[in-house]
Amino acid sequence: MQSLIALFEFEFFRNAILAAFMASITCGIIGTYIVSRRIVFISGGITHASFGGIGMGYYFGFNPILGAVIFGIFSALGIELFTKKADLREDSAIAMLWSLGMAVGVIFIFLTPGYAPNLMSYLFGNILTVSKEDLLYLLFLSLFIIVFFVAFYRMIIFVSFDEEFAMTNNAPVKLFNALLISLVALTIVLNIRVVGIILVMSLLTIPQAIANLFTKRFDWMMILSIVFGFLGSILGLALSYIYDIPSGAAIIFTLVILYGVIKISGLVIEKSRQ
Amino acid sequence: MESLLEIQNLSAGYGQNIVLQGVNLKIKPSDFIGVIGPNGGGKTTLLKAILGLINPISGTIQFSESMTSGGVHRIGYLPQINNIDRQFPITVFDVVRSGLMSRKRLMGRYSAEENESALQLIEEMGISDIRAKPIGELSGGQVQRALLCRALVNKPALLILDEPNTYVDNRFERELYEKLKVLNEKLAILLVSHDLGTISTYVKSYACVNNSLHFHERNTVTPELLKSYECPIQIISHGDIPHTVLHQHTH
Repeated sequence: MQSLIALFEFEFFRNAILAAFMASITCGIIGTYIVSRRIVFISGGITHASFGGIGMGYYFGFNPILGAVIFGIFSALGIELFTKKADLREDSAIAMLWSLGMAVGVIFIFLTPGYAPNLMSYLFGNILTVSKEDLLYLLFLSLFIIVFFVAFYRMIIFVSFDEEFAMTNNAPVKLFNALLISLVALTIVLNIRVVGIILVMSLLTIPQAIANLFTKRFDWMMILSIVFGFLGSILGLALSYIYDIPSGAAIIFTLVILYGVIKISGLVIEKSRQ
Repeated sequence: MESLLEIQNLSAGYGQNIVLQGVNLKIKPSDFIGVIGPNGGGKTTLLKAILGLINPISGTIQFSESMTSGGVHRIGYLPQINNIDRQFPITVFDVVRSGLMSRKRLMGRYSAEENESALQLIEEMGISDIRAKPIGELSGGQVQRALLCRALVNKPALLILDEPNTYVDNRFERELYEKLKVLNEKLAILLVSHDLGTISTYVKSYACVNNSLHFHERNTVTPELLKSYECPIQIISHGDIPHTVLHQHTH
């Protein structure tokens, strides 16, 4: 315990805690939207498509996260536009984008001369190497998402719950769909540094699954998802320190265990009441 | 009497696929029209055109001045229940109040008055006890009641119902139709249904939609009506209990 507390003296550790906190806020709110709207698969597509941008960042020598932002937002808006307009099966289109992004990423990283540093940290994330710059981006995103969801909460729910009904009421459905899917893309990409491409989807869905055990209201789901996301991140971070295992994997593992424990104890309590 | 809306020579469909052609229909404030016809005949397309969800390929839909308020047509819409995601985390009260969103600016809150009128409707519909519950915990009939409140809360001049009798119990179905009868004193109703037998007791006229639209002024079921409906119902007689006699068949 002493050694855990002593960790706070290190800047990288304080940064990790801050990153976990802001990851929990962004993923807690946006994940609730994703789960409620049943666009988990679309979000998976955006996540993997953004790898193409990371590969291009390596090859052309700009910040890979910037490449991921561009790829993420374009693929998000592309999915939003194409699946509504073109006569293309939505799931097939997403799967295509999903693998295309990965393929482009792999090709560019292969073409980049020499060894690709930190590649593993994009795939699996490393909360302990999060930079000041990454933190700043996450801070801006967190603030923006909080303000956006507080200001437009009713409209977001209105448009998400029954799109057709919202359209008959002249609500700005297309605008909100586009804004929200862009926020989904930004949240995914900026959290890649924290838990990585492979694991970011779990940060957007597992806290929500835990929250859903306690509430079926959108506002409470957002708040509880943030709480459980942060709890899981901190416990996972401790686990990763104690057993010297990768932090991203430890966080997700902790979250799943947390879900299992709460679900099972809920069932046991229910049984004993009967 | 002035019509609420007038459809003239409407053709509508999706892309190359024209589902409706040459449709003419006037809806008057006191109308209670049953929209019937085979599946794929264009019932839903007609609704979507009236609701402004699809643009006509040709022809016009004109709304009277009394049908428009604040840039929105005064239509209350009850969608088919399977268009609704019942796992969505939203409470009954919030579903009902969302019917008022067209009055709101982007960031609007509900006023005390609006909350009051929503609560009053919830009371009238007999779902006060479940108003704080998420819709995922309700029965089909309860969800329909909540959706009906949402359709009515903004005081529409025309109420459009798309197959309201799917997935609901018989008791709710009868209650719903009795409710509609009362509502019809104040607003026009367009009711899409596959259940010709039951609605014939309540509707005042029929619109039979099968690529084109035939309007029947009275609510008597004629052999012609049944033929276009492609349904095995042969005789419909009215009694104390609405009942249907089916064609002889072996199982």
